[in-house]
Amino acid sequence: MEMRSALGRARGLGSAKEGVGHWWAQRFTAIALVPLSLWFVFAAISLMGVDYATFRAWLAVFGNALAMIVLVGTLFYHAYLGMQVVIEDYVHHEPARVIALLGSRFVLFVLAVSCILAIALVAMGR
Amino acid sequence: MVSTDRPLSPHLQIYRPQITSVLSILHRLTGVALTFGTLLLTWWLVAAAYGPEEFADAQAFLGSWFGHLILWGFTFAVFYHLANGVRHLLWDFGWGFEIEQVRLTGIVVVAFAVGATLVTLIAAYAVGGA
Repeated sequence: MEMRSALGRARGLGSAKEGVGHWWAQRFTAIALVPLSLWFVFAAISLMGVDYATFRAWLAVFGNALAMIVLVGTLFYHAYLGMQVVIEDYVHHEPARVIALLGSRFVLFVLAVSCILAIALVAMGR
Repeated sequence: MVSTDRPLSPHLQIYRPQITSVLSILHRLTGVALTFGTLLLTWWLVAAAYGPEEFADAQAFLGSWFGHLILWGFTFAVFYHLANGVRHLLWDFGWGFEIEQVRLTGIVVVAFAVGATLVTLIAAYAVGGA
C-alpha cells in the first residue's frame, strides 16, 4: 500500500525522479536570456559591417566579453533543454531518439565551448 | 479494442488552424531555427579568433543577400521566441488562461515580434548600410 500522500510523492519528484530540475532550468535560462538577447541585438546592430580590428577591440572590452560568455553559456544550455523536449516529443524510434539526444547534446556542447574559447582568446588579445 | 463510434480528435491536417495552435508550433519552430542559427554565431566568433581572412569570409557571407535573408529570419525568430517565451512564463504563474486573454496575448506577441523586427532592420541598415 502506498503510504505517501500525493504531495509527498510530488515533493519526492514522483516515480520519474526527475523532470522538475529540467523545468526550472528551462525557466531560469529563459528569464536570463530576456535581457541578454536584447543586449545582443543592440550590440549586433552597432557592429553591423565593422572590420576585423574593430570587432576584436569591441570583444576585448571586459564587459562585452563577459556578457558574451554568459549569453553563449545560457543560450546553448537553453537550446539543449529545448531540443531535448522536441526530440522526446517527435522522435519515436528508440535508437534514433537516443542518438538524437546524445548527438544534439554533444554538438551543442562543442559549439558552446568553441564560442567561449574564441571569446576568451580574442579578449586576451590572441 | 478501439471502439470506432466514439468522438475522435481530428487529425492535425484537417483541424482548422487557430491562433493558439499556430503560435504554439511557431514557438517550437523558432526555437529549433535559433538552435541551428547558433552555428552562424559560432562561425562569426571563431572566425574573429582565427584571423582577418576568416573573419572577412564570415562578414562577406553575412553581408550577402542570402546572409541578410538569414539574419532577417533570425531577428524575427529571436523576437517572436522571446515575446512568446514571456507569454509562457506568465502562464507558468497561472495568468492568462482565459480564451480571450490567450487570443489577445497571442496578437500582442505577433505584433511585438513584427514591429521589433522592422525597427531592428531599419536601425541595422541605418548603422551598417551605405
